[in-house]
Amino acid sequence: MRKDIMTANRAVAEAVKLAKPQVVPVYPITPQTTISEYLAQFVADGDLDAEYIRVESEHSAMSATLGASQAGVRAFTATSSQGLLYMHEVVYAAAGMRAPIVMADANRAISSPLNIWNDQQDSIVERDAGWIQIYVESAQEAFDSIIMGYKIAENENVLLPLMVCLDGFILTHTVEPVEIPEESEVDEFLPPYAPDHAFLDPATPMSLGTLADPAYYTEARFDMNKALMDSASVIEEVGAEFGEKFGRKYGLIETYKCEDADIILVAMGSLCGTLRAMVDQFRENGDKVGMLRVRSYRPFPYEEINEVIGDAKLAVLDKNVLFGIGGSLYADIKAKCDTNEIYSFVLGLGGRDITPEYIEEVLEITKNPQDKEVYWIGLKGDA
Amino acid sequence: MIFYVETKTLYILEFIMIIHDRMEEMSMIEIRFHGRGGQGAVTAAEILAKAAFKDGKYSQAFPSFGVERRGAPVAAFTRIDEEPINVRYQIYNPDYVVVLDDGLLNVVDVFSGIKEKSEVIINTTGEIEGATHTVYDIDATGIALENLGVNIVNTIILGYFAKKTGAVSIESILEVIKETFPGRLGEKNVIAAQKAYDMA
Amino acid sequence: MVSIGCVIKDPGSTRNNKTGSWRTFKPILDKDKCVDCDNCILFCPEGCVDKEHDIDYDYCKGCGICKVECPVKAIEMIRE
Repeated sequence: MRKDIMTANRAVAEAVKLAKPQVVPVYPITPQTTISEYLAQFVADGDLDAEYIRVESEHSAMSATLGASQAGVRAFTATSSQGLLYMHEVVYAAAGMRAPIVMADANRAISSPLNIWNDQQDSIVERDAGWIQIYVESAQEAFDSIIMGYKIAENENVLLPLMVCLDGFILTHTVEPVEIPEESEVDEFLPPYAPDHAFLDPATPMSLGTLADPAYYTEARFDMNKALMDSASVIEEVGAEFGEKFGRKYGLIETYKCEDADIILVAMGSLCGTLRAMVDQFRENGDKVGMLRVRSYRPFPYEEINEVIGDAKLAVLDKNVLFGIGGSLYADIKAKCDTNEIYSFVLGLGGRDITPEYIEEVLEITKNPQDKEVYWIGLKGDA
Repeated sequence: MIFYVETKTLYILEFIMIIHDRMEEMSMIEIRFHGRGGQGAVTAAEILAKAAFKDGKYSQAFPSFGVERRGAPVAAFTRIDEEPINVRYQIYNPDYVVVLDDGLLNVVDVFSGIKEKSEVIINTTGEIEGATHTVYDIDATGIALENLGVNIVNTIILGYFAKKTGAVSIESILEVIKETFPGRLGEKNVIAAQKAYDMA
Repeated sequence: MVSIGCVIKDPGSTRNNKTGSWRTFKPILDKDKCVDCDNCILFCPEGCVDKEHDIDYDYCKGCGICKVECPVKAIEMIRE
């Protein structure tokens, strides 16, 4: 094990190197670009024995990744924002063809207006594709989630692609300490990919990406739904095994001081670090506040959330917006959980820095709400 | 009786935790770098974070995310702490401000949000007028031109920073400079940074 | 309930579907008139005409394209 200081993009690339995919088709886009650069360097230097395909677009990146996965090898790609939207069609195909791809998405806002900064709208767009979506809080978790990602996705009860969502710039361009385990340790944890549901071999021919007429299509979608729901327990098992081996345990959600909380702040990704610090500050001022981080957005852990929230008021902070609805995490919790009082806060869009003052405003509104559930935080002028 | 002891223990534990939390807050150091695109403000923030990490501390460094172009004003941030760092927002109330180019004083409010005890390090040959805070001026450009032949001052000002603030060891700063710029370039930067350290 | 990813591990199963049952008109080739131009082979959408210009009636759907494309009118469509 070595401990170093690096960006989350570097951590992702280091994790990919240890996960040993054989095919890596990546198209660069801010703020994911350095992932593609590091991986190209690893391949050029012989540190990663993979085919690095210089594709001409993200649609091709995901197509090549899917093709490789269907051929029976481990494959990796990474993208962001417009790139993810451009590969949209094949993102769905990858899930339907049950290809256990792992992809990193450097979360970034969507055009128009053009914006290269962080929010989570891009991956929220893909939430119904049938992919597992993991939102990470730190560079270390980005690293760990890539390694765990393959083990989860390739599990025979899952066989679905997995997206590791890391906040653009806030994680991708911030250097911080990361522990990198030994190659042998990762090899023990993550054996080579050996599929039997789909692979290409002239000796055992099979048809992939087939047509399913009305007699079969519903069942295919039902099976995907089941696999995604079943992946919840696999995420927990793999997270526990990872904890035993590497000392960092992961689950579907993470809680901080929720046990006696009157108000729970709910969010995804890097924002939760700030929220953790704010919870401490609020508690010093006598407000019983807790924090619930949704790590696995798909599968959506509504049972686990239900166990935590009790009668607490929920303030759900979303870096995305479902127009006319509120934030997507808010909408899902409202739909699937036994909530008492719940408020949606849309904030941090297009890289607007989420300061302690914003979180104080969120708490204030949750304590003394107006006659509505959805609030936009930090709006300027008369908006 | 048992109940009493347990409760008391809990109180003491809680008290220790509160003191601990306070100390944690106290111990975090926040540094804001101001520079122009191409002057190495982002690299300076990263070198400082790496050096603090080498000193056995936790650290975090990030740029003022944006479309960085040569010459345009940029900011970069470093946090250093004895404990893991959770917060993820930009630095609005820095303990230290480092200005790589005094020309920025007319363009950017480098003193924005600084606290009573904050200290400011400015690369300049002139006098800083009307400063209400502790301001250190260093002719980093002079050292850079003399030792490196180009006006890139980030490593030099870090040497000066190490001495003036004691927030990071000069040994770690020099080690990270060597790692960041391998070969002859690194050696020259080490000499320049050491010179600034000795001058401070 | 279906195979994972709808993968078909027994490829070529399309052959199980004998489309010849769809036919209402059957092409009959008069090999004496045939000039070996191979148009019928090239144009048959089901690939039912082999190199000897024998028609596979298990799969011929009776679309009649071969009759239209035959330059010497050697193919006649006969009601089943």
